[in-house]
Amino acid sequence: MDINIYDFYNKMEQDNIMLSFKGNVTSELLTSVLQIMESKMDKLNEPNKIKKKVYNILVEALQNLYHHLDKQPESVPQGHNTVIFMIGKKEDAYTIFTGNYISNGNADKLQARLEKINSLEPEELKTYYKEVLNNGMMSDKGGGGLGMIDIARKSGQKLDFDFQKVDDEFSFYSLNINIPQ
Amino acid sequence: MENLVIEGSPKTPTIKFNPEEGKLLIQGRSIPENSIDFYKPLVDALEEYAGNVKESTKVDIVLEYFNTSSSKCILDVFKKLERINEAGGGVAINWHYEEDDEDMLEAGEDYQAIINIPFKMVEIEEE
Repeated sequence: MDINIYDFYNKMEQDNIMLSFKGNVTSELLTSVLQIMESKMDKLNEPNKIKKKVYNILVEALQNLYHHLDKQPESVPQGHNTVIFMIGKKEDAYTIFTGNYISNGNADKLQARLEKINSLEPEELKTYYKEVLNNGMMSDKGGGGLGMIDIARKSGQKLDFDFQKVDDEFSFYSLNINIPQ
Repeated sequence: MENLVIEGSPKTPTIKFNPEEGKLLIQGRSIPENSIDFYKPLVDALEEYAGNVKESTKVDIVLEYFNTSSSKCILDVFKKLERINEAGGGVAINWHYEEDDEDMLEAGEDYQAIINIPFKMVEIEEE
C-alpha cells in the first residue's frame, strides 16, 4: 500500500478537517458522529444559532448517505457500497463534504433535481419546499426528496455538486456544503 | 382512551398524549432515519381521538431539531389535528422555538401556511 499517513494528516490539518470517515454508514455510526460533532462545537463555544444550523444540515447530509446505501441493490460491486464524508471548519464557515457511488441513471435524475433547486431564489425555494412537503410522495424509508431542498434553504447557498463518471454503470457523486457563519 | 407516552431518545422526541384532558406534547429531537414507524402510534391515537373529541385540545410542539423525514410525519400529525378541529375538538397549537432559531420559526410558519388551524409561535428564551 502506497500511503503516507503523515501527508494525509498534514493535508487534513491544512484543510481544518474536524472529522472524516470512509466506509459503510449505519444508524449507530450516525448517532456517534452527530454526538461527536455536537460536543466539538460545544467546546469551540459556537453560538447556538450556528451549532443548530450545522447540526441540522449534517443530519440531512448523512441521512442522505444512509438512505442511499439502504436503497442500493445487492448487485452493486464491492467497494461501491461505501461512502466518504468529511467535516471541516474555516474561519468563516463550516463545510461538509460527502461522496458516494451512484448508478449513471440515478445520477442524471439527481443532477436534474439539484439543478432545479439551484435555479430557485430563496422565496421560491420556500414555496417549493412546502409544495413537496404537502404533495410529495413519501418513500417507505421516510425520505421524500426534501433533504436537498432543506440543505439549500438552511445553508443559504447554491448546492456545489459534481458527478465524475467512473465507468458505463457508475458515477461518483460529490457534494460540498458550505455553511457560512 | 388510554394515554400514549413515548419516552425520548437521542434521535426521537418525548410524546405525551392525554386524550382525557385533550393535551398533546411533542418535545425534543426528531431525527430518526425511519420516522414513519416512530410516528405511527401517535397518528393512530389521534385518529381514534378524532371520533370522540374533547371540547378543547391543546398541542405543544417543542422541537429542538427535526429532520426532513420527520417533517412529513409531523405534517400527518397536523392533518389529523385539522380533522379533530373540524370535529369540534377546539385545537390550539403552540409552536415553540428557541430565541434566535430562525430556521425553527420558519419551519413553524411553513406548517402554518399549510394547516388550517391557528398556530401560536412561542419564543423560548435562552437561559
